Amino acid sequence: MTPVLSLRGISKSFPGVMALSGVQLDLYPGQVTALVGENGAGKSTIVKVLTGIYQPEEGTISVDGTAMRFATPGDAAKAGVTAIHQETVLFDELTVAENIWLGHAPRGAFGLIDRRAMRSKAVELMRSIGADLDPDEVLKDLGIASKHLVAIARALSIDARVVIMDEPTAALSHKEINELYELVETLKAQGKAILFISHKFDEIFRIADRYTVFRDGQFVGEGKIVEVSETALVQMMVGRSVDQIFPKRTHNVGAEVLRVAGYNHPTEFADIAFTLRRGEILGFYGLVGAGRSEVMQALFGITKPSRGACMIDGKAAIIRTTTEAIAQGIVYVPEDRGRQGAVKGMPIFQNVSLPSLAQTSRGGFLRLAEEFKLARDYTSRLDLRAASLDQDVGLLSGGNQQKVVIAKWLATKPRVIILDEPTKGIDIGSKAAVHEFMAELAAQGLAVIMVSSEIPEVLGMSDRVIVMREGRIVAEVSGEQMTPETLVRAAAGIQEAA
Amino acid sequence: MTRLFKSREALLALVIVLMTALIAWRFPAFIAPANLASVFNDTAPLMILALGQMIVILTKCIDLSVTATLALAGMAAALMNGAGVPLPVILLAVVVLGAVLGAVNGLLVWKVGIPSIVVTLGTMTIYRGVIFLLTDGKWVNAHEMTDGFKALPRAVLVGLPVMSWIAVVLIAVFAVVLNRTSLGRAFFAVGGNPHAAVYAGINVGRTQFAAFVISGALAGLAGYLWIARYAVAYVDVASGFELNVIAACVIGGISIAGGVGSVSGVILGAIFLGVIANALPVIGISPFWQMAISGSAIIIAVAFNASQSRVKGRIILKQADA
Repeated sequence: MTPVLSLRGISKSFPGVMALSGVQLDLYPGQVTALVGENGAGKSTIVKVLTGIYQPEEGTISVDGTAMRFATPGDAAKAGVTAIHQETVLFDELTVAENIWLGHAPRGAFGLIDRRAMRSKAVELMRSIGADLDPDEVLKDLGIASKHLVAIARALSIDARVVIMDEPTAALSHKEINELYELVETLKAQGKAILFISHKFDEIFRIADRYTVFRDGQFVGEGKIVEVSETALVQMMVGRSVDQIFPKRTHNVGAEVLRVAGYNHPTEFADIAFTLRRGEILGFYGLVGAGRSEVMQALFGITKPSRGACMIDGKAAIIRTTTEAIAQGIVYVPEDRGRQGAVKGMPIFQNVSLPSLAQTSRGGFLRLAEEFKLARDYTSRLDLRAASLDQDVGLLSGGNQQKVVIAKWLATKPRVIILDEPTKGIDIGSKAAVHEFMAELAAQGLAVIMVSSEIPEVLGMSDRVIVMREGRIVAEVSGEQMTPETLVRAAAGIQEAA
Repeated sequence: MTRLFKSREALLALVIVLMTALIAWRFPAFIAPANLASVFNDTAPLMILALGQMIVILTKCIDLSVTATLALAGMAAALMNGAGVPLPVILLAVVVLGAVLGAVNGLLVWKVGIPSIVVTLGTMTIYRGVIFLLTDGKWVNAHEMTDGFKALPRAVLVGLPVMSWIAVVLIAVFAVVLNRTSLGRAFFAVGGNPHAAVYAGINVGRTQFAAFVISGALAGLAGYLWIARYAVAYVDVASGFELNVIAACVIGGISIAGGVGSVSGVILGAIFLGVIANALPVIGISPFWQMAISGSAIIIAVAFNASQSRVKGRIILKQADA
């Protein structure tokens, strides 16, 4: 059988990162190919290459054996490639029919949109995938599963031959997932080639015919799903990753600082319980969306857990606001630094002093000299490169902005520091500096929680690792149990032992 | 020179000086100290309102109801004056009334989560409606106001009218509050990056509420000054003037996206508009030109700020290379 779509030697790099290097991928008509890989393996990048959003620097894309160039998303659509994204990209305020036909609606007299044809053809398309939606219903009134159906109907409306499904079941209920599986069968029967991206092994083994594995932007292997075991697949995903050097740490873990018991949230997490000791780095591993950041935000007083208790130094601590969290010595360096970290337009020293203004002011008046001193103390420890502390934070590079944000939190003299994806999106050199620094913090007796989706980082830095899956803690491992395989299995929900 | 141009305040000051020089070339009397003082005095209500508007804009909000608040507080002052309420009580009352009206805006933004432009678009009409209800649309004219009531803003103290002195004091207070207090810093942080402000332990909604209360209180005070100075109160007092207030902020370099701006910029922005408003009639240019000039100034100011941030982008790259 010849593939409909075939990628060979595709490379794509971003400043400081090689997102894809010489990967290959084949998609066959009437078959579901599962693309598997850890976070950061390059799955999203390949989807963007396939849909014409990114242009690869090297490599060929061939459709039916003819080399093509997808210079724009329009080119990809013309070649019959369509993607149904994690967050479906549809228009909430338009109707079902309008969403399906947006951009290529059937035309009537004078080139005007033929609304009647649009509606009847929409109904027809939806019937072909077993959907029974009112074409005049406004999209925002539909559930996520129905929105997926609309997205699929839209994909079919442009006569797609390749359908990419990027974690389509992530937000669906059990019943809706089963309906989606049926739909995938329908599409297969119609001869569509399907690329199915998922972290869930049970569904990969249920609906995929073939698999392709990526790791760190490289192609690792492919084959038929019936010829591979879960264990083999996990090993291919994890592999022997590029040797990263992590700072050597002396593990002198002290007294307990933080104890969380029975944290529950109505929709985001349940039964969260763990302890944290002085001088310890506790890793939180899990897939994106496992609820790790949500737990940390509750701990920091941004969201409120509906139930649960938190103890600091053995005393019950009530944290309702971020101000209370900071007063209790808990700080949080968020993942999204652009949105949640630095205040651009504000000078460096004011960014650093922002949560510490109570300490640097007297009688309600700020003392700029004190703020400067505080900023100088903490930024110099982090080797910040800036012309002056009076400089706008927005003018600094990403790595230096990260340093300002960390300095800001260190200046509050915390006992517990939560680092959410501390090295995401920064170059390798800066990564090493952040790791070095984290080790130093722990050595100084600070208790560190590190939320990370990168296995080498989690294993290289943590004393202990908690794995979360779907809002719950599914494993807590330390010492010899800390292997890539255990983490991946726990995070993906693979039950039986190897 | 480049350094000077980098500070938009310095550049704006330069523009004002050049403009004044140009006018003085045609009409030397314009730069007589007495006339400049009168221009400043004329601009005082605009400055006072713009200071309040500035902190609201800093927090990513906007207050369209400032002049409606001014009109309502001014009418209340005129009515109280008619009822024989002593002047100090009236002064206190207009400030409190303004703060309460501002608090209504602030609460709707903070607790109900309605965008400020919508909230104040509504309240600006409601507040003027209240004036109508209070007065049945009747005017309060000069002869219905006591002399003391009308005299205060004009009373001269050490060479300047009281109204000018109030503006001067408020400018000083605002400079200190914005640069030297936690609340002032919070205004910048909330507008600069609301998400980061939350993480730093700043209550975003409460900060915005505070901005509206302050803006309202200033509008209330300006209400008394305005009514007493022009010696007439009616429903449509200062109607449309809120746009001049916002214009003063924008010309003064307050970013409409929040988080960027300075007291000196706002004051210069107000003075710029004040000079245009006072000079053009003197030179004999029609008021339509006045509108066209302030309109162009807004666009030029915003375009200048935008181009300035683009230049900053190139600076980063150079540093990254080094």
